[in-house]
Amino acid sequence: MSLPSAHCQPPVYKQKFYAISLLTLLITSSASAQNVLGGSIHGNVQIDGQYYLADTLIGAPNVPEHFLSNGFANFIYERDNFSAGLRYENYTNPILGFDSRIKGNGIPYRYLNYKNDELEITAGNFYDQFGSGIVFRSYEERGLGLDNAMDGLRVKYNPVNGIYFKGIIGYQRDFFSKGEGIVRGADLEWNINESLKCLDSCKTKFILGGNFVSKYQDDQDPVYILPKNVGCGSGRLSIIRGNFNITGEYAFKGDDPSTSNNYIYKNGSATYLTATYSQKGFGFTLAAKRIDNMSFRSDRTATLTSLNINYLPALTKNHTNILAALYPYATQPKGEDGAQAEMFFNCKPNSFFGGKYGTDVTLNYSRAQAIDVKPTGDDYGYTSDFLKTGKDIYYEDFNAEFNHKWNKKLRSIISYVFINYNKDVIEGREGFGHVYSHIGIIETTWKMNSKNSLRTELQHLYTKQDQQSWALLLAEFSVSPHWFVAAFDEYNYGNNIKTQRYHYYTGTFGYTRGSNRVQLGYGRQRAGIFCVGGVCRNVPAANGFTLSITSSF
Amino acid sequence: MKKYILLALTFATFNSFAQDKNSNRPLPKVDIKTMSGETISSSSFDNGGKPIIIDFWATWCKPCIEELNTIHEQYADWQKQTGVKLIAISLDDARTMQRVAPFVNGKGWTYESYIDPNGDFKRAMNVNMPPQTFVLNANKEIVWQHVGFAEGNEDEIYEQVKKLAGVK
Repeated sequence: MSLPSAHCQPPVYKQKFYAISLLTLLITSSASAQNVLGGSIHGNVQIDGQYYLADTLIGAPNVPEHFLSNGFANFIYERDNFSAGLRYENYTNPILGFDSRIKGNGIPYRYLNYKNDELEITAGNFYDQFGSGIVFRSYEERGLGLDNAMDGLRVKYNPVNGIYFKGIIGYQRDFFSKGEGIVRGADLEWNINESLKCLDSCKTKFILGGNFVSKYQDDQDPVYILPKNVGCGSGRLSIIRGNFNITGEYAFKGDDPSTSNNYIYKNGSATYLTATYSQKGFGFTLAAKRIDNMSFRSDRTATLTSLNINYLPALTKNHTNILAALYPYATQPKGEDGAQAEMFFNCKPNSFFGGKYGTDVTLNYSRAQAIDVKPTGDDYGYTSDFLKTGKDIYYEDFNAEFNHKWNKKLRSIISYVFINYNKDVIEGREGFGHVYSHIGIIETTWKMNSKNSLRTELQHLYTKQDQQSWALLLAEFSVSPHWFVAAFDEYNYGNNIKTQRYHYYTGTFGYTRGSNRVQLGYGRQRAGIFCVGGVCRNVPAANGFTLSITSSF
Repeated sequence: MKKYILLALTFATFNSFAQDKNSNRPLPKVDIKTMSGETISSSSFDNGGKPIIIDFWATWCKPCIEELNTIHEQYADWQKQTGVKLIAISLDDARTMQRVAPFVNGKGWTYESYIDPNGDFKRAMNVNMPPQTFVLNANKEIVWQHVGFAEGNEDEIYEQVKKLAGVK
């Protein structure tokens, strides 16, 4: 439910008024890097704040501090092969909707790095992933308050063409502290064509990879004998021939009783398989996955988003339109079978479907459902047949999008989305069942002249379940290159409870100059789930002013 | 004695600070992925001394797609006039990175395209949110950057490119 704006901003709202002075500084500062001691210093900063007003009607709470904010600033120093960086974070009174454990401030991220053509060494904090990340991925998603940066040592070594080695050891970040488990691992990738020096002459290319990660955590449980060391490894292969690409990865994890899996001793596995074909004007993707007991954390008692060592991507489309994102999906690490098919094509200009300027079409279908589970009644929990699927559907999504240019000034995107959302499983609740929704969206951009443009969105969501139907109207007027003003109203007009047919309206105003951006808004925020990259957080209802400042320097 | 050393050091620092204050920032060296999954370094970006545009985008970012679509319509002219090259860096992670090649081809874009699946290049370039656009000069130094996109911004980018290419 990001605010309408000219860039893709996770819904980071509102800020403090002392920020105004910083704002003045940013706007007047130049975008070029500063040179110090023969190297350069550059960085970026983001501050989001929200001034809350109580709104009993929509359930927006009274916030005693009135003003809450999240902020961080990165500084990087670079000279030749050497770089160093740090991030100061300020979550002294974090915005509602973030995990309350995020509260704090300080410098939780700092590193020193040396890199030449063969070797790279990082000491301190780092982010990295092995393969697709299903065994190891440390990453950040600042808009969600997620950050499992490693704190330790990393070595990347590329001794000969086509061989890439990575080794890591350290602890994981857990908000403003660290997890107690030690994480260590190594990854090796072999680009066969690169090492055989047949980049162009060999028609088929192969990239092979494998990795192993192990975590160590002491066992002080008085009753159970829990494994102190848990290993997880994977193998992957990509085959590329002409316009075809087939990529697969299989991961296996040893027994790892934890809070996430209710302390069962069953081992885990994950399988991802993707095939794509594309040529100019046409693209096709087919993907499948299976996840079985794959929650892998550096602390066996960790819950929610804490201390995940691996990342299990969802195979569903990441919707960006507000109403299409009303019912989003996140991977179920306990177990899930999923598949996705997607087709892109471009109807050429001056054809029947293309019209004078051409039409882009995207068709997408995805589905996630339970794996086959046979409870064993012992410490292993259950057994599962790899080739069978369970009955329960978690999520299903069909969507079609047509992007058509009518003339030099007018362009429209017309979309239809059907979503079958298993509210009980995805939100971890009981008794709600499925929500079946149909969403229609018409987005039009009118380029009035070389500077001014007007964008409108008409969205409608129809469902008989949950809070029933919604309508949304959005208008955004921009004056290139500096200004924009936008307003939208999200109206739950179909709610069966007539007194709850609320309007959630928002007005936003923004100013951009180079890489500095300030956005001010006022509105009502609907309670909901906000997601980036398949990971979600709950955002409570709110009413008030928002301020967001970003800058790169 | 300590005081003098400190003073000298402070002076030296400020001196070097003042001397190079407005020189441009070089492109950081970071490993990224090609659309078929091969590892490549950003130091291999090259356009034979002509200007380069680097555009951070994602398949889930609407204004980014608008920006690349808009530039696509004029890209052939831009290339002919100035020899510019646009390098598109997708921020799609493991969830959506397999979509990037079919997406780019489906749109018919002819940009040199790479993927930054764990945000390493994004961090090194201090990108807050996509779209963020950089213009590089003949020495591959960052001379201009802009965040966000609204119709008409493409003219501003092209002005910068023309200035570097010495085209009026």
